Amino acid sequence: MKFAVIITLKKDVLDPQGKVIEQTLEGMGVNNLKNLRQGKYIEIELNELDEKKAYSAVEDMCKKLLVNLIIEEYKIKKI
Amino acid sequence: MNSSVIVFPGSNCDRDIATALTKLQFKNNMVWHKENELPKSDLIVIPGGFSYGDYLRSGAIAAKSNILKEVIKASKSGCLVLGICNGFQILIETGLLQGALLRNKNLKFISKDIHLKIINNSNKFCKNYKKNGIISLNIAHNEGNYFTQKDHLKELEDNELIPFKYCSENGLINESSNPNGSLENIAGILNDKKNILGMMPHPERMIDNLISNEDGIELFTSILS
Repeated sequence: MKFAVIITLKKDVLDPQGKVIEQTLEGMGVNNLKNLRQGKYIEIELNELDEKKAYSAVEDMCKKLLVNLIIEEYKIKKI
Repeated sequence: MNSSVIVFPGSNCDRDIATALTKLQFKNNMVWHKENELPKSDLIVIPGGFSYGDYLRSGAIAAKSNILKEVIKASKSGCLVLGICNGFQILIETGLLQGALLRNKNLKFISKDIHLKIINNSNKFCKNYKKNGIISLNIAHNEGNYFTQKDHLKELEDNELIPFKYCSENGLINESSNPNGSLENIAGILNDKKNILGMMPHPERMIDNLISNEDGIELFTSILS
């Protein structure tokens, strides 16, 4: 079973890399940008057939290592 | 006094701090991160560098290493712990110190000498510094932009847990004397028991007039006295 974890900085934490990408796109002529945040993407494959168990194992990994919950938030998707 | 310096793959200030400690008469041991036991230590130093190549987040992988379990245990029983630069990032990732170290506001790796004001000296690491004194240390980091929640900031201020703030040469603490965007110009913090100090500037680089200055010495003599 395979999952994707998407990690981004929380809304109220300054994302300087996202800001620079946003400004660059605007400089390239993109004029309808509303907001842009940069993040991380991690793919995890598990030897587990029970989806509930697998999901909670990935969630546990997020909380214990992959995500700094003070400044980051995450989404888990089955892929 | 016995000290231990923890060494990770990618640490690069471990020998500098060992030189400083030995020069100031500490009996120092170097401890590899895979060890499961700490030598007898009054002070544990987590040095600067790029442990595990800063993979995932600076300090995140090192925080889960074998020896850190022992460091956490020792800190709970009152042992002094000093984290410098990447060491500060590691202490944050272990949860021994609260808050977060974000990328520098200007997105640049900053390596330069800066000025610090001694805000609080009522702790074991800073008692030989004069309160409100100004010292010059070196910084060299990419993620030193300290951030924490409002209630924790108040706790830090109320309990005198902020020993250093970035300032100008003549002591002004403002945006233009803030090199990395840190909240309130914070350069280092203590835990509530004041036995753990995390700081981005490098005191171990300032122990000899021949190559820099001697503004870092008082930090080590404070610990010794």
